[in-house]
Amino acid sequence: MARWGMVIDLDRCTGCQACVMACKAENNVPAVGAREASRGRTISWMQVLTEETEERLRFLPRPCLQCDDPPCTKVCPVYATYRNPEGIIAQIYARCIGCRFCMAACPYNAKYFNWYRYQKEAPGQNPDVSVRTKGVVEKCTFCHHRLQKARERAGVEKRELGPGEYVTACAEACPARAIVFGDLSDPRSEVARLARSPRAFRLLEELGTKPKVVYLAERESDGRA
Amino acid sequence: MPDATFEQDAALFAPIERTGRAFYWTVGALLLLILWGAIAYWVQFDEGLGVTGLHQPVSWGFYVTNFVFFIGISHAGTLISAILRLSKAEWRRPITRMAEVITVMVLFIGAAQILVDLGRPDRMLNIIRYGRYQSPLLWDATSISAYLTASTLYLYLPLIPDVAILRDRPGKRRLLYTVLALGWRGTERQQEVLNRAIAIMAVLVIPIAVSVHTVVSFVFSMTIQPMWHSTIFGPYFVAGAIFSGIAAIIVAMAIIRRVYHLQDYLKPIHFRYLGHLLLVMTLLWFYLTFTEYLTGFYGNEPEEMKVFWSKFTGPFWPFFWGMVLFNLVVPLACLVRLGHHAVGRTVTASVSVVIGMWLERFNIVVPTLSNPRLPFPEGQYWPTWIEGAETAGSFALFILFYVLFVKLFPIISIWEIREGRETGLKEVEERLLSYLPGRSAPAPPGVGGREGHERAPIRL
Repeated sequence: MARWGMVIDLDRCTGCQACVMACKAENNVPAVGAREASRGRTISWMQVLTEETEERLRFLPRPCLQCDDPPCTKVCPVYATYRNPEGIIAQIYARCIGCRFCMAACPYNAKYFNWYRYQKEAPGQNPDVSVRTKGVVEKCTFCHHRLQKARERAGVEKRELGPGEYVTACAEACPARAIVFGDLSDPRSEVARLARSPRAFRLLEELGTKPKVVYLAERESDGRA
Repeated sequence: MPDATFEQDAALFAPIERTGRAFYWTVGALLLLILWGAIAYWVQFDEGLGVTGLHQPVSWGFYVTNFVFFIGISHAGTLISAILRLSKAEWRRPITRMAEVITVMVLFIGAAQILVDLGRPDRMLNIIRYGRYQSPLLWDATSISAYLTASTLYLYLPLIPDVAILRDRPGKRRLLYTVLALGWRGTERQQEVLNRAIAIMAVLVIPIAVSVHTVVSFVFSMTIQPMWHSTIFGPYFVAGAIFSGIAAIIVAMAIIRRVYHLQDYLKPIHFRYLGHLLLVMTLLWFYLTFTEYLTGFYGNEPEEMKVFWSKFTGPFWPFFWGMVLFNLVVPLACLVRLGHHAVGRTVTASVSVVIGMWLERFNIVVPTLSNPRLPFPEGQYWPTWIEGAETAGSFALFILFYVLFVKLFPIISIWEIREGRETGLKEVEERLLSYLPGRSAPAPPGVGGREGHERAPIRL
């Protein structure tokens, strides 16, 4: 079975936020408005975290890391969040009771809460992604609906799912090609090759969460070479 | 029964039989506060949790703090009463009931905090329909419902003879008392069964009570978050719970004593004994807190230290040092020499501890969430009026339950006081003699007619 994963090259990331916008459009992620945003209620499944040191500004695009040993699913009281057989961490909006235990447990803060009913009926919504009501937790699903769609298409055409047929919106949108998506279990795939790079590291690896999002560290050259 | 005994304990019937103007004023004021809380909850239910001050990353705040706090308060009652009964502490007699009532009433309020905290309270039953037993929240649900059942039973059993006394007196609410008395006539056989049942429940509630606060702590310690993931959280929470619970009992005792003129029943000696217990718990609480923080400090893990310093010198310093002041400095100053003014000093210490333990719970919940590991845009948690109103309403609801209980039932166990007078004195004398050398072992309990009501297997 495929192990869907992602490699994010921090040397290539310019912090342009194209991935963030693509994700919001693809997944019907609501805009919460300026007032709510200032109160810390922004929902951003893909979020570009910034770290300012004395010499420079560093960017860290952070989707849900789709841990193989996720701290969030361990604490859910109702099976509303779980790791599906392909390793993607799912969230069932219709079952979630909104206790926010998973949010408290996630060390990456990759889960978001609908403090109000943010999602309004509006034209231009993606019909493949279910809408969220108020009071439930939502998160990045590696654009799981795209996998379902690609698989159905391949099924109709009676063939296997080919490489590159299933890509997340953020990877597709990145102008610097910093985000590469694919099957980590296929050793010939680009994502698997990059994940073997000596620059590869995982976020907060010491916690033992085994994320399937791999980062490539910046080189010493400060990005100029 | 002879009328003389009624006259002797007339003060215990007074709250039930006479309803003064103060009662209506109190109930009215409490209802206003409850209404305020209910309005706040309605606004939150209608609009969403956005009306609170919660946000990302501080997704738990006042409600979870209140949950841990109230469940902690609930510990004292039943647990202390059970321990005092089992250890045959004779001074327990006027205290046990008012302690047990705290447990039952406050458990409802504590459990309700979680429902208030839910984003989708309408899906609450999913916890039963799709319950996932690996989640600490399910352990909480199990333990708390077991504790609620056991402590309600444990409150009700010793209440039966008193309800029967009320049934047999001319007065109001005859139907209620007749039903609740379960045909109690005070025969020797009935008394024997009741004593046995009380002893069984007293033993049973102790492990349940310990489990309750242990699993409440597991909600935090089963995650990998800095300063939550700690092995001593179970005992630390249990000790804190008993600590705050004893303080709550003392405050309740002081108020009841004052309002219902029960100085003759709740004497300074009762306050002094409970004050000593509170002092022991103060030191135990300090010991556990000190161990917890010192271990974190020497471990010196960057993530832990971020939370650590945010409490010591960072934005949470008023809460942290307030906690130290209210939980350690004030109780120590009040309780170390309890010679004079025992009542005033234990009550001061207790009020201080109740405040301090709320701060302690807040210090556990919020600073950890406020310091995410990744460079996340932070926001300071500041509650809105919604959380304030809900908290005030919860306290008011608890007090209202308590006031109504006192209106309907004797808050001091009448039959146990009588028993103390009639058989307790003799029994204690015999027991004391049996402790001393030069006397053969006493006959096993239960042989040779009716002795003290206790048949508990454990003795001091």
